[in-house]
Amino acid sequence: MSTQGTAQDIPAVISPSFHNRNRELLLRILIPLAVLATMVLLWHIGVTVSGVPPYILPSPVAVATALVTDWHTLAPALWVTTKITLLSLLLALVGGVAFAIFLVQSRWVEIAFYPIAVILQVTPIVAISPLILIYAPSTQVALLICAFLVAFFPILSNMVQGLKSVDHNLLNLFDLYGASRWQALLYLKLPASLPYFMTGLRIGGGLALIAAVVAEFAAGSAGAGSGLAFRLLEAQYRMNIPRLFAALILLSLLGVAIFALTSFISWLSLHRWHESSLKREN
Amino acid sequence: MNLAETRMPERSIEGRKRPLVTMTSVSKRFSSGTLALSEMSLVVESGEFVSLLGPSGCGKSTALRIIAGLGDASSGMIDWPSSRINSRGLPEGDISFVFQEPTLMPWQTVFGNVHLPLKLRGVSQAAARPRITEALATVGLQDFANAYPRELSGGMRMRVSIARALVTKPKLLLMDEPFAALDEITRQKLNDDVLRLWKQTGITVIFVTHSVFESAYLSNRIVVMKARPGRVHADFPLHTSLERDAHYRTSEEYRQACEKVSTVLLGAIGSGEH
Repeated sequence: MSTQGTAQDIPAVISPSFHNRNRELLLRILIPLAVLATMVLLWHIGVTVSGVPPYILPSPVAVATALVTDWHTLAPALWVTTKITLLSLLLALVGGVAFAIFLVQSRWVEIAFYPIAVILQVTPIVAISPLILIYAPSTQVALLICAFLVAFFPILSNMVQGLKSVDHNLLNLFDLYGASRWQALLYLKLPASLPYFMTGLRIGGGLALIAAVVAEFAAGSAGAGSGLAFRLLEAQYRMNIPRLFAALILLSLLGVAIFALTSFISWLSLHRWHESSLKREN
Repeated sequence: MNLAETRMPERSIEGRKRPLVTMTSVSKRFSSGTLALSEMSLVVESGEFVSLLGPSGCGKSTALRIIAGLGDASSGMIDWPSSRINSRGLPEGDISFVFQEPTLMPWQTVFGNVHLPLKLRGVSQAAARPRITEALATVGLQDFANAYPRELSGGMRMRVSIARALVTKPKLLLMDEPFAALDEITRQKLNDDVLRLWKQTGITVIFVTHSVFESAYLSNRIVVMKARPGRVHADFPLHTSLERDAHYRTSEEYRQACEKVSTVLLGAIGSGEH
């Protein structure tokens, strides 16, 4: 030991690693919160000192008040947007995985159908939404279709990539033991593409929310069944800027929640075996 | 299904042993036009430990893959005189393959990985448990059944791969440079493990390697191959009166065996050059 005595071997503060880990976790939560609080504080001071009218930039207090007083209009809108986002994501997951499995069945199937998926993806949904609005039985369904179209593609392309990147020797092994197509899909290809699926899920989750908002802007839905995007526009028309900010905050919180949820699902299914969730010791 | 009952007799009426597998004039041309294997013939008897030795590009891995049914031969015949053949012309369940990489499923535990060949035949986890435990014990990994591959060292992963190959109780074990990526000490240990397995179970092994020392240590028959096109250069037995163990590694007899194999291999490389 004496020959390899370096600075690293001499602990500066003697503390057990368990204690250290807890402290790091605490700091990881506290530091971003402190930064956020400081920014809100600066915002408040800025608004108060400069005397900007609330219809241009409301203070955080005004936004918080709007969030509480307008909750009865904002909450149903939040629920509508959440429902559309999650439902479209779910449909995109089922559709994307199923279509990916279909595509990789043969090279010719892929050559024939993949371009159609690409065309659907690269066409801006704002441009198709008027058409979808005409064909869809209701605005809600139209929004759902738009959000689905946007979330579908990242899941599809990631899944296709995953299904094709299976270890060649493992495929050989399945062949050697006479595995059926079904067994190879169930026991090898699907589990092997799980990390790719999770990437698709995380991207698709974020995009589904964006698409749900953008589509509602384009569709211009109104009335009881409208989502947060409509409430945003409505607040703008009425110059009710605090409510606009409140709606915006709800949208960000929804985005954060979806991100946290998809990341958690990803961690849950991969942390035991996949390199991406492996803690490196060096 | 009891495999022992359905197997063909290992000896014919004259008392001569039936070969386990015979290759007759097997050639393989890749779609690129390269002739990877030219007119290779090989008869492997039950219980032999055969090393396929040669420089890279001599077709030794190609030959092994063709025997395993991973890729068809362009011409020639593969026969299994003492096995029952399935619809694909393979004695399924009688052969196992160990790749150069451990080739484990990272999302499965050690137990799940070893279970795979049985699972594909519809044997449930509960029914397979005794055989999986036995296979893991054979390679000394009985305490690691619940570990994930990433938690194991390279040598241990290779042992899992060997346990998976043994779980079906195959007659023939095909090994494609299985220890080439491991360090020398781990490699020697695994060599001893494979030798012990071979002695205990009476399994037939075809072992592809590019190491003179490994082939001389392990096999009782060496097939030296040469490249462009891949073909058999020499095929000779390698007998020793000594037990193949740590002492054998330092014995004069082993040194001579290595020298002999080296000389033949040198001939294969020399005459293969243009």
